[in-house]
Amino acid sequence: MITFMNNSDSEEEPCNERTSLMSAESPPVPSYQDGLQASEAGEAQAHRKRRTGSSRSPNNVADGDMSDSGVPVRESTSENEEEELTLKYGAKHVIMLFVPVTLCMIVVVATIKSVRFYTEKNGQLIYTPFTEDTPSVGQRLLNSVLNTIIMISVIVVMTVFLVLLYKYRCYKFIHGWLILSSLMLLFLFTYIYLGEVLKTYNVAMDYPTLFLVIWNFGAVGMICIHWKGPLQLQQAYLIMISALMALVFIKYLPEWSAWVILGAISIYDLMAVLCPKGPLRMLVETAQERNEPIFPALIYSSAMMWTVGMAKPDTAARGPSQQTWDAAEDGRENHRSPSHADSQMSETRSPVPTRPITSFEELEEEERGVKLGLGDFIFYSVLVGKAAATASGDWNTTLACFVAILIGLCLTLLLLAVFKKALPALPISITFGLIFYFSTDNLVRPFMDTLAFHQLYI
Amino acid sequence: PALGLFLFTIARDPLRIIILIAGAFFWLVSLLLSSLIWFIAVKASDPRDEPLQKGLLIFGVMFSVLLQEAFRFLYYKLLRKAIEGLVALSEDGCSPISIQQMAYVAGVGFGLMSGAFSMINLLADALGPGAVGIHGDSQLYFLTSAFMTMVLIFLHTFWGILFFHGCEHRRWWEITAVVVMHLAVSGSTFCNPLYVGSLVPSYLLMAAAAAWAYLLSGGSAQNLRRFLLCK
Repeated sequence: MITFMNNSDSEEEPCNERTSLMSAESPPVPSYQDGLQASEAGEAQAHRKRRTGSSRSPNNVADGDMSDSGVPVRESTSENEEEELTLKYGAKHVIMLFVPVTLCMIVVVATIKSVRFYTEKNGQLIYTPFTEDTPSVGQRLLNSVLNTIIMISVIVVMTVFLVLLYKYRCYKFIHGWLILSSLMLLFLFTYIYLGEVLKTYNVAMDYPTLFLVIWNFGAVGMICIHWKGPLQLQQAYLIMISALMALVFIKYLPEWSAWVILGAISIYDLMAVLCPKGPLRMLVETAQERNEPIFPALIYSSAMMWTVGMAKPDTAARGPSQQTWDAAEDGRENHRSPSHADSQMSETRSPVPTRPITSFEELEEEERGVKLGLGDFIFYSVLVGKAAATASGDWNTTLACFVAILIGLCLTLLLLAVFKKALPALPISITFGLIFYFSTDNLVRPFMDTLAFHQLYI
Repeated sequence: PALGLFLFTIARDPLRIIILIAGAFFWLVSLLLSSLIWFIAVKASDPRDEPLQKGLLIFGVMFSVLLQEAFRFLYYKLLRKAIEGLVALSEDGCSPISIQQMAYVAGVGFGLMSGAFSMINLLADALGPGAVGIHGDSQLYFLTSAFMTMVLIFLHTFWGILFFHGCEHRRWWEITAVVVMHLAVSGSTFCNPLYVGSLVPSYLLMAAAAAWAYLLSGGSAQNLRRFLLCK
């Protein structure tokens, strides 16, 4: 899901229909572990914050089509202008999302192509108990559909569970859950991954070195994701764990099940985000009402607050608020009348005394950013990785799926700018990706092969 | 070289990257449709009939060329609408990106995608062991493929500029010239492996298209001289 948050003063109305933060559930972890990335995989939240208050802040986005440094964005900006602003940020945000998605996909494809471990079939998850080695096509199809149903129901249960926990404020539990799951990801999967990569390239490494490397990697990762850290490092870690998770999926999901699951999960995403009773939508709205950030381990944010290194005592009170949401909240508060700002305190927000305007600008320089849930990363990478692994047309299919997913992402962001509410990021991209995968594999490949054989060019 | 073009001119501006990817997408869709048609034709015909297959292939190629140009036109229409939207959005009333830049980027997008599709499997195979042309085919297969791909990418770029310019100024003869050139280049590849028949005309056409596009974009001989002499 992609969520989009407007910080305009029209938001003060109780109805937050324009702002919603969605977090989709991620599918749980493989069978030998019951730690969960339940929260990690399925979530898709894209936040978009407009700098409604930071009219005078220097435009740190220095590219040609966003020359709004001269635009005074006042609180009383009309709807139209707000829309224009958000659309203007569009291109930059799209690129800010293209790059990590591309990186994740590149990592997954590179690994799939080189390390053979991830394409061998070594068993299945307990979540997909039906095997696909059946003699008849109908049986196989039935098994894959049953697998999908089981998987999706597990995801739904996890999501509802998470939403309930969130509603009843069992924050410690959720945090512990997240920490446990990211711990497992960072250590165990990295260990396996590293082992396989070393095996492929026939590089020997002794256990002490391995231990040191993995320990450092994992510890820094934990700190970066759950606490503070440089933005780029955090982004890099999130990309890496998404790639690892996607690799696990590619390995352990049987073929047809994987495709059916991809289709089903995009439908689920669509419903969960858009239906009024959908769990994700409820999660976002609850978070909105309480004015709290969604957990940092669940989403990828392309910009963040300068919480580190700012000599402001009140920003230190912030928790793991590497989310632009928080920043925007503060920014928004700051730019309203101070009295109003004082009256709207929540426990995660630092008190906002009256400050000179210029300091707000620093606060909000990094504020604008789009957020995308990690689940989206994972499923995009699963699609492209599966295309790379199983398609006989090799790179053509992979490339086609890659372009399809990027275009889907573009369109989704465009819709986000138009609708200004949380949107599911999966459906459009996955639909395009699936269409292109199947059509490229079956239609384009023979055509291109024949052309290449005769060395004809079109 | 195409990658260099990309890095130096497109990677800076996010809007251009989006236009590039969208251009690649349009090319991909056109390829999809044309291969669908070809596939249906092949399935409907007799697989053992060699000349028929070859004829079908030629038909497929021509049809694909026409479809590509049609999609280029569609993309042009889309970009026109987008420019109007961007103009409306920007404060000073002028678009952040001009139609010529868009034409250039769209051309590069088309070209990159077509080049990628032509070359990438070849490259992957080239990494493996083997001898080129062991069955009596030409030994220059990889080399000529590389050159052909490069010329095609450049040609797509120039055709993009010419095509959009023709659409802008309603000069139908420009558009038909582009289509005819594309057909000619594809047709010349039918002479393969008689490489002189395909590479040479293609390069000549590319030089012509380059000069034409350069002139259209406002360049002139003086500009060129000044640029080369680093004034």
